Amino acid sequence: MLTAIFLPLILACFIPLISKWKYSIHTGWFVLIIPFSIFVYLIQQVGTRFSPFEKTYPWIPSMDIHFDLYLDGLSLLFGLLISGIGTLVVLYSIYYLHKSEKLGHFYLYLLMFMSAMFGVVFSDNVYVLYTFWELTSLSSFLLIGYWNHRKGSRYGALKSMLITVFGGLSMLGGLLLLTIVTDTTSIQEMISQKETIMNSPQFGWILAFLFLGAFTKSAQFPFHIWLPDAMEAPTPVSAYLHSATMVKAGIFLIARFSPILAQSDWFFIIVSGFGILTLCWGSFMAVRQTDLKGILAYSTISQLGMIMAMLGFGTKIAVFAAVFHILNHATFKGSLFMVAGIVDHETGTRDIRKLGGLMTFMPITATLAFFGTFSMAGFPLPFLNGFYSKELFFDAALLHHFSVEGFAQLLKVIIPYLAVFGSIFTFVYSMYLVFGTFRGEYKERELKTKPHEAPIGMLISPIILVVGVIIIGLFPNLFNESFLAHAAKSIKGVEIHKHIKFWHGFNSVPLYMSLAVVVLGSILAYTRKRWSSVYNVIPGTLSFNRVYDWLVDKTTAYSEVITKGYMSGSLKHYVRYILIAILVVTFGTLWLTTDLTISNPDLASIGIPDMLVVGMMVIASVATIFTNNRIAAILILGVVGYGLSILFVIYRAPDLALTQLIIETVTVALFLLVFMHLPKLEKRNESKGTIFFNATVSILFGAMMTFVAIFSYSSKWFEPISDYFLETSVSLGGGHNVVNVILVDMRGLDTLFEITVLGIAALGIYGMIKLRRNKGEK
Amino acid sequence: MRTNDVILRTTTTLIAFILLAFSVYLFLAGHNAPGGGFIGGLMTAAAIILMYMTYGIESIRKIIPVNFRSIVPVGLLIAVLSGAGSFLFGEPFLSQTFAHLHHVPIFGEMELATAMLFDLGVYVTVVGITLTIILTIANDQ
Repeated sequence: MLTAIFLPLILACFIPLISKWKYSIHTGWFVLIIPFSIFVYLIQQVGTRFSPFEKTYPWIPSMDIHFDLYLDGLSLLFGLLISGIGTLVVLYSIYYLHKSEKLGHFYLYLLMFMSAMFGVVFSDNVYVLYTFWELTSLSSFLLIGYWNHRKGSRYGALKSMLITVFGGLSMLGGLLLLTIVTDTTSIQEMISQKETIMNSPQFGWILAFLFLGAFTKSAQFPFHIWLPDAMEAPTPVSAYLHSATMVKAGIFLIARFSPILAQSDWFFIIVSGFGILTLCWGSFMAVRQTDLKGILAYSTISQLGMIMAMLGFGTKIAVFAAVFHILNHATFKGSLFMVAGIVDHETGTRDIRKLGGLMTFMPITATLAFFGTFSMAGFPLPFLNGFYSKELFFDAALLHHFSVEGFAQLLKVIIPYLAVFGSIFTFVYSMYLVFGTFRGEYKERELKTKPHEAPIGMLISPIILVVGVIIIGLFPNLFNESFLAHAAKSIKGVEIHKHIKFWHGFNSVPLYMSLAVVVLGSILAYTRKRWSSVYNVIPGTLSFNRVYDWLVDKTTAYSEVITKGYMSGSLKHYVRYILIAILVVTFGTLWLTTDLTISNPDLASIGIPDMLVVGMMVIASVATIFTNNRIAAILILGVVGYGLSILFVIYRAPDLALTQLIIETVTVALFLLVFMHLPKLEKRNESKGTIFFNATVSILFGAMMTFVAIFSYSSKWFEPISDYFLETSVSLGGGHNVVNVILVDMRGLDTLFEITVLGIAALGIYGMIKLRRNKGEK
Repeated sequence: MRTNDVILRTTTTLIAFILLAFSVYLFLAGHNAPGGGFIGGLMTAAAIILMYMTYGIESIRKIIPVNFRSIVPVGLLIAVLSGAGSFLFGEPFLSQTFAHLHHVPIFGEMELATAMLFDLGVYVTVVGITLTIILTIANDQ
């Protein structure tokens, strides 16, 4: 299994080397070996006696994250789909993509995606699962944007990225909660602890987060909008990612965790409710599309909704039908995408309004399309596999022996009707798809080239898939015991044996539901043009695309408005924010802290010289604010500095006084030198409100600092260390000047870095002045 | 364009020497009396700036043929090396010690402290920094 995961990644590294010879041999041929050999390896596991097994490789043992791989029936089913359809898609792409395309990029992304999908389905560790989950999002983003010169591709890629990554992150939240609740990172161990999870208070969150992850990935309502836009990708990509593999990752997640989550009624309500809603909405909207791949995209959405709904029912038959339909859907939808690609390739358009009457030009393609679409529609013919899963679906939707209460009861009653409604529209778009393209009148003028049959290489893959459709249709029990039963068992936890029959007799309700679908569907399909104006009423202008666009546009617009609002570029504003933030935080803390006391145990007495000096400094400070002359402001500021040095003298700090005196002189001199070159201060035209606001902030800030100083002086918790310095200055430092001993001896490191700071400042000033360049000079 | 400033020049010769002597005193006395490398350095710089104001940059360059920028790293190097010197004796960085010397010719009783070497680094750095800043700004057009 480890090989299966990493083989594609390793080969991906060699793609750039191989693609150098792409003009002699198409790169795809080298790639083809990989999925095929993995398919051969996996197919050997299939058998009645298959039993799950696991392998563990240490990855981050200290965080209990191991590379746990687990292969059970469900993983095997998905692994076979990924490798099998992967092989066919690579084969198809060899003929689809011309050698002049960037083949290296294409196959690199595709192999990356394949690796990621194998990782998702094989991993048993939630974090490994998440890692690969995001890798699928990333590689699908790259694949959708493959033709990145097109605007639509970029839009679709971004949209799918945003939606699936949003869901992926939600899923990570759910997985983290699961890890916290169960104290393990292995999914199998989590399943064995399902009672703990059920009873934990976080269960609701776990449920919601995992659902968000699964619904966004599997394009469930209302997150389905990214899938139709992802149709800008090359058709092999659409066939692979958006029909068979990636969109089923959400289904896989729900199936994988359903032993844990299905205990709750909410699981039924949410999964089945949204599933059936997606089924109806997707099939209803598919009829409205004009693009072949658009129809198929909405069709995929609705089929995924159907599988999701069946997983939500959680009954034995429903789980079996879900597994069966995963297989069936992959076969017919893969072939239909390839057919759409062929039509696009041979006629140059995918617009169904321009197509018509292609049957005589492309008989093989038309036959393939016939099988695909009729199987999709669930037409009751014994060689179409879609019919079996559709009938199983109806059978499951009837929800016999299913006891629920409250809202779930209402849901139980309406689900069969909704199922029939969705299937009728499925029938309509299937007929529209096949008859609109291949029958009717041939519109010669609309097409640029004369259509002809596709080369045989391009036809091989859809032929194989259609043969699969027919084989499953003819022998529906072929894989039952050896394959599907194992997958169903790993979802439901118990053995499920189901014998699929074509004919159930006249007294089976699903038969009449199917007949109703065929009859009503045929009538609606025949009269489609008459009632298609209903789409102007519902959905009309209602669309989740609008919601998405609105969200993206408004988020960009408002974040720009907000950023422009506060990032004004004005230094004044930023200083204001900083001061206000400090004020709010400090006053808030002062307010919340209750044990603030003001005590004055050892306040010194204030002498007249002190008061005179301080009074002088206050007057000078106030005067600095009100002067309109720069030079005067500097000189008055100097008064404050000299006053401070007098205070140092009074408080017996001769070193400080000396330093302050000289530094004050130097700074005043420097200011004078610099400010001589500046223009005169002008009267600033500020509104009274601004002045008032600034004054308030300043006064509050001063008050705050005063409070902080008083409070911190009032609460001395420990003895100061200064006594130690006074005592040991002579004995340890050998000096009587304690300040100097502290500076050069006790705390010499501070001094060392202070002179370093000064040195840097000096060099900085020198650099700024000497090395500046005049404008225009380089 | 300089006016005839004989008085300034004459007093400067006197005052500059007094200032320099005072700065050296401040520097040497720092360990036991107010002063030290920082104030001493500033005072020396003040003396040189006074000479600059009186005689101009050319004369200063002639009298003190030192690039003030390059003595900044010299001072820092002295400070760091005096700190690193304690490694030779297996002591932590910046460990200082001192010794009293008796019967020294001329001085008699005197104290020698390794902290003085560190202070010398501070002194040299401060002189270099102050002169670099002020002369750079003052000589800018």
